[in-house]
Amino acid sequence: MEPILILKKVSFRYEDSWILKDIDLRTCEGEILGVLGPNGSGKSTLLRVMDGSLHPQQGEVLLGKRPLASLSRIDVARQIAMVAQENYFRFAFSVIEVVLMGRFPHLKRLQFEGERDVEIALNALRATSTLHLAQRSIHEISGGEKQRVLLARTLAQEPRAVLLDEPTSFLDLKHKREVFRLISSLSGERKLCVVLVSHDIDLIARYSHRIVMMKDGVILHLGSPEEVLSPENIEAVYECPVLVDTNPVTGKPRVSLGG
Amino acid sequence: MKKPLTLSRVIRVSVTLCLCLLIVATASLFMGTAEISLSKLVGLVTGTLSPEDPAKLILLRIRLPRIALAAMVGFSLSLGGVVFQALLRNPLADPFILGVSSGAAFGAILGIFLGFTFTLGVPSLSFAGALLTVYLVLAIGSRRMGMESSSILLTGVIINAFFTAIIMFFISTSGDSRLHAMLYWLYGDLSQSRIGPLALLAPVVAVASAVLFGYAKDLNLLTAGEETAFQMGVDVEKTKRICLLTVSLMIGLTVSLSGLIGFVGLILPHLARMALGSDHRLLIPAASLGGAIFLIAADTLARTILSPSELPVGVITAFMGAPFFIFLLKTRGSQWSRS
Repeated sequence: MEPILILKKVSFRYEDSWILKDIDLRTCEGEILGVLGPNGSGKSTLLRVMDGSLHPQQGEVLLGKRPLASLSRIDVARQIAMVAQENYFRFAFSVIEVVLMGRFPHLKRLQFEGERDVEIALNALRATSTLHLAQRSIHEISGGEKQRVLLARTLAQEPRAVLLDEPTSFLDLKHKREVFRLISSLSGERKLCVVLVSHDIDLIARYSHRIVMMKDGVILHLGSPEEVLSPENIEAVYECPVLVDTNPVTGKPRVSLGG
Repeated sequence: MKKPLTLSRVIRVSVTLCLCLLIVATASLFMGTAEISLSKLVGLVTGTLSPEDPAKLILLRIRLPRIALAAMVGFSLSLGGVVFQALLRNPLADPFILGVSSGAAFGAILGIFLGFTFTLGVPSLSFAGALLTVYLVLAIGSRRMGMESSSILLTGVIINAFFTAIIMFFISTSGDSRLHAMLYWLYGDLSQSRIGPLALLAPVVAVASAVLFGYAKDLNLLTAGEETAFQMGVDVEKTKRICLLTVSLMIGLTVSLSGLIGFVGLILPHLARMALGSDHRLLIPAASLGGAIFLIAADTLARTILSPSELPVGVITAFMGAPFFIFLLKTRGSQWSRS
């Protein structure tokens, strides 16, 4: 499996406080990497370092074989797509317009979207079951629909890696499951590398190939869901008692509060 | 299914609006205190009108420059409004929001106070004042990390307040004749139009619109947030710097020739957005041309409604603009209050 994003001894600080310390991480194509950790553990910062929005003071991030910092913004955007936690459109764009924006890094400055771009955008809408929303305003659709539309925009960008920061935080159980299933099937079909920050431990356990568990800017545990999600690990990181058993349907670890 | 935006649609809309502009401008040529018949205009175009005919003087030296100035000023204000609204992600932004207008006003009022002429002295000082504010806003508002919209906005508001105080000082200490000129300037006045300044404004507006149109797609992404735009491949800092500077210079020059004409730069962008959607590749040409048409119409009204005397055109735009603004807040306000 070809590595996509490689972090070597990466440390990042705002002002004087170190948010990330000595992070070593490799992500491969077709892999879903779940990132867990309490609030303030550095998960979102990790994503921003991985997509080049933030530059680490120490260490290096590689995209394929090249240092991320040496690539232009548009080159990065052709390979990495990100959906941030906050997404608000100030002006009323239609859903199809939003998804077509994903084609931005592939077009020249004055170039309009051609038939091929439209086809890619429509396929992205189909893949996320949002084709019926194409003409609706982004202001008029529900939170779950918007989350899927943003995923569609991400797909239209045709990246090799997708970084998702809490993509399901505003969604109900059904839509959460839908989004996770979608991510899972996309990563399989398109050989996408997905890095997924979420507080939904069970869903991360169900769909991730590997899990990173962070606390205070350090990676404490890295491995398969079964390896990482032991009661000892979770209790140490989240500072609360938990029960971990095996979900009889999925065979994956199941985490519940222990008191 | 409705097709996504194509170049041919942008051209079709632009050409249609250009035709409207031509019709409105031609109609405006006939309106005014002096009656001018169609035959005189035909005579002028075919060259059979005698050179001494007063109609020739009125059409070529008075009305045509004024209509041309109104068109360019309306175009520029509306273009500036569209771009600032996107750049600052603030639907209530207008081209004056960063205080460029107050700097220009300060220069102009100082010029009038010192007894300078409207041909050269007042516009030059006014433009210098506009440049000074642009410099101040960008120097104070920019941080080490780059230009942050809210700090730039805040700096603009503060500079605005400061210059307004100085302007009031000059107004309070001025005599009657100058006071009248000052107040007219502050309400936007196109009656001082000359061919010379137009020859300067036209290329500036042309270059600025070409540059800004080139950034239309980047502006689309910027309305979804700077972080998102950056992640999708927009060079955010460069885009902001170039667009802010281009708009500010263009607006500075515009204002120095026209005075403060409010509401054009706020209303036309919204009208265009309501009619045509939010894509800046269509919005930029449509709102700009719409601004030109609107201001020719408003200025025609300003110079005919109380004929033979005139109103400052800013009175007309504000009279129509303020109710529209309230309408916008009432119908769309809830949409904008989310952050």
